[in-house]
Amino acid sequence: MTDTVSDRFEKLKEKAASERAGLKGGAEVLITVGTATCGRSAGALETLAAIKAAVKENSINARVMEVGCHGHCYAEPLVSISKPGWPEIYYGNITEGLAPFLIKNFLVNEDPALEWALGAVKENEIVPSVYYSPRFGGELRRLLARCGRIDPENIFHYIAEDGYSGLVKALKSSQMAAIDEIKKSGLRGLGGAGFPTWRKWAAVRAAAAEKKFVICNADEGDPGAFMDRTLIESDPFALIEGMTIAGYAVGAAKGFIYVRNEYPLAVERISAAVTSAKREGLLGTNILGSGLDFDIEVVQGAGAFVCGEETALINSLEGRRGTPRLRPAFPAERGYKGCPTLVNNVKTLSYVYWIMARGAEEFASVGTKDSKGTAVFALAGKTRNPGLVEVPMGTTLREIIFEIGGGIPPVIKPSQLPGEKPVMKARAFKAVQIGGPSGGCLPESLLDTPVDFDSLREAGAIMGSGGMVVMDEDNCMVAAAEYFLDFTMKESCGKCVFCRVGVKHMLDILSRITRGEGSEEDLATLEELADKVKRGSLCNLGKTAPNPVLTTLRYFRNEYEAHIEEKVCPACECEALIAYYIDLEKCRRACDACVGSCPTEAIYTRSDRLKAIAQEKCVKCHSCLEACPASYDAVFLVSPANAIPEQKPDKKSDGARAGGGPEKRKE
Amino acid sequence: MTEDVTIYIDGREIKAKAGQSLLRAALDNGVYIPNLCDLRERETPEASCRLCFVELEGVPEPVTSCSTGVEEGMVARTDSWRVRELVAAGFELLMTTHPVDCAACPGNKRCALQEIAKKMKFKLKSGRLPEILRDAPLDLSHPRIGYDSDRCVMCGRCVYVCNEEAGARAIDFIHRGLKMTVGVFGGGPLAESSCISCMRCVEVCPVKAFYEKTKETDV
Ligand SMILES: Cc1cc2nc3c(=O)[nH]c(=O)nc-3n(C[C@H](O)[C@H](O)[C@H](O)COP(=O)(O)O)c2cc1C
Ligand code: SF4
Ligand code: SF4
Ligand code: FES
Repeated sequence: MTDTVSDRFEKLKEKAASERAGLKGGAEVLITVGTATCGRSAGALETLAAIKAAVKENSINARVMEVGCHGHCYAEPLVSISKPGWPEIYYGNITEGLAPFLIKNFLVNEDPALEWALGAVKENEIVPSVYYSPRFGGELRRLLARCGRIDPENIFHYIAEDGYSGLVKALKSSQMAAIDEIKKSGLRGLGGAGFPTWRKWAAVRAAAAEKKFVICNADEGDPGAFMDRTLIESDPFALIEGMTIAGYAVGAAKGFIYVRNEYPLAVERISAAVTSAKREGLLGTNILGSGLDFDIEVVQGAGAFVCGEETALINSLEGRRGTPRLRPAFPAERGYKGCPTLVNNVKTLSYVYWIMARGAEEFASVGTKDSKGTAVFALAGKTRNPGLVEVPMGTTLREIIFEIGGGIPPVIKPSQLPGEKPVMKARAFKAVQIGGPSGGCLPESLLDTPVDFDSLREAGAIMGSGGMVVMDEDNCMVAAAEYFLDFTMKESCGKCVFCRVGVKHMLDILSRITRGEGSEEDLATLEELADKVKRGSLCNLGKTAPNPVLTTLRYFRNEYEAHIEEKVCPACECEALIAYYIDLEKCRRACDACVGSCPTEAIYTRSDRLKAIAQEKCVKCHSCLEACPASYDAVFLVSPANAIPEQKPDKKSDGARAGGGPEKRKE
Repeated sequence: MTEDVTIYIDGREIKAKAGQSLLRAALDNGVYIPNLCDLRERETPEASCRLCFVELEGVPEPVTSCSTGVEEGMVARTDSWRVRELVAAGFELLMTTHPVDCAACPGNKRCALQEIAKKMKFKLKSGRLPEILRDAPLDLSHPRIGYDSDRCVMCGRCVYVCNEEAGARAIDFIHRGLKMTVGVFGGGPLAESSCISCMRCVEVCPVKAFYEKTKETDV
């Protein structure tokens, strides 16, 4: 039997090798464009069309290939060009307008246009490699290794890049051996909770039942997380292979991939991939002649965050209301249609292929004592290099945010007047929110925390789905907690009272505080409710909903107190607590920029021809602050809103006063 | 023949039936534990009202007794401050969403909320949290059953009997989060549903959000 498996696999590999050798399809030049969802939202499809047109117009012998997403959001649309005599080069931010110039400069005029290049894909002697930049060099890409490097719809590209060697190894060994390999690796669930993967597998395998199921959780409902989508859109076969190995190991013949319904491209790609895997005998009946039967059905989610919770997901798959069930019983005992069911995340299952192919030891060669391998984060917020970042477990927050992420970007006021220079203002790091609405906000003093399941939990955050939002001094921590609680409140399924009602009361208190109407008692009630909702809720949505509140209270209590006692928002973010003023020392008589920008005519000209804002008319729209030319920079924000008495006409010093006392001033 | 196991609740020795839930064992032996969603006819507990918490020896956090099976030698407390605090908070939260106008309510004196408040010495109205009432229209379309969804406490008992027991499939939970309520699928009135007038919902509703119309209430 194993001979058949090897023989059949060898044939597929031969085909894959010849397909890869012919990647350029006889053409001289290969151009790739990342056209997954993130690339598309940056205009990748327009770039693709512009490149194809330019190639045709200049009669260049090139093949233009669509690939998945690299996870380098700041550089989308991302294009690579490999041309004889040159190393393959990545180009970032190649818009529709820029594309024809890139093609012409490099492919017609032999000028590699290095001003638009991110660097060469590999080390070489001509063009500096991208790995000199920490954004690339600081990462260790395993799960994301193929993302953006292969045609995600072509199974032979996957096979040529090591694909299906994991399944072949698994088929040649026993089911227990496969589970043992996962056990040795130390892999823990990457869907959030970090539950040891092998234990679930062993439980499902040990359960006595005729029918068993494997479910891939691709619901990915956390705001800001998109790594599961990227993996499915850019490397779908790794997931299919991982699921097939799981099916073999636990003894299931059927798998479901439950994809979030807002992911149409992911559904399309994974469905196409399932079809190709079946066509090549890698899925369906008698896989590779081994006698293994395993089939996969792609199901679109019900569109609720709570449907990502495994028991709610199973209810939803069965056609019921997507609300959580009481655990235990865990799905491994009684899951889909009452049968033992393995539920794993996309990343977990994609990693299974890697571990089977490369071995548990190599997997565990990076990581910490109890968290092995790598973690993928979606870096967003106040960071220079947003996107997907894959790093060994145990990398510190500081390394991710300041080295790979490039630190906190300055606020830039663009030039408006002729000859004027833009003005940059540095911003300081304040907090990092990890784990989405179930996670927590960690302060600067915890930047040396290693990212692994246990260290993050100890600090009050969680690994969660891997959302990582960087916040700077302009972000109010009370408003941040309010934002996340508003999300959970809307996503609560309503089944149990602590989550349905408790979260709503907590949110109302937070809103009162950000409006400047909070009291000391409110703070005490908030703290008490947070504790009760955490203990009393039925499922982990409710149990973790208070985390953003608990961590901001723990690390940024002074901000809550400032809002309550002094009506000050230290970040000058909460609208009710701030006011816009014009600094009379900086305002220029000849300029009228702010007046025209104000939608409510709140800005008037004083008798000395300087400008002032009639506070009662101001709607805090921020337009004047943006309109005031960079070289004057006269508009500023204060908190509390009444920090400065109404500017009396003709007393020049009024508007300039601020600072001292509890007020905050921000320019 | 089910065997008996010996358990201890609040220091009292109790003989319970193996396989029974701790909640039912306590209630059957005269130990009161507040509850709304447990239904004897139902095998798997809903565990959604979150009022039946007890503390178990050796378990760090309070657990819901309706979803805990009795075990030989189990030691439980219903009266520890941790349990009381948690139950009190759950009840307080629930009561912010329930109109407290008992005199006008068809469930007055037959209401599980009044019973819980009395036995646990809880106040019916929160002193510190504002009310979040829904203000949905009263459904008087059905000839025998009245339904006031504002009073519903989401225990799910009616949904269970209507769907699983009577098989009528007239009512279900609709909407999510704070807007969640029991209603006719699609949102129409009860009279236009597949109701078979078995009156089971009226029987099981702990707060008489579903009630049998009488001369007085039939307005
Ligand atoms: C409210 C809520 C939402 C969740 N959403 C997801 C999700 O979108 N994707 C996911 O993989 N796991 C999600 N989970 C975790 C799952 O319940 C489950 O633990 C996970 O799919 C197990 O996979 P793993 O062992 O591979 O991590 C969610 C849990 C909760 C409580
Ligand atoms: S905690 Fe929230 S989401 Fe979970 S069952 Fe209760 S109401 Fe539903
Ligand atoms: S109507 Fe009554 S029985 Fe039905 S869910 Fe509401 S409170 Fe429970
Ligand atoms: S009776 Fe136990 S949760 Fe309702």
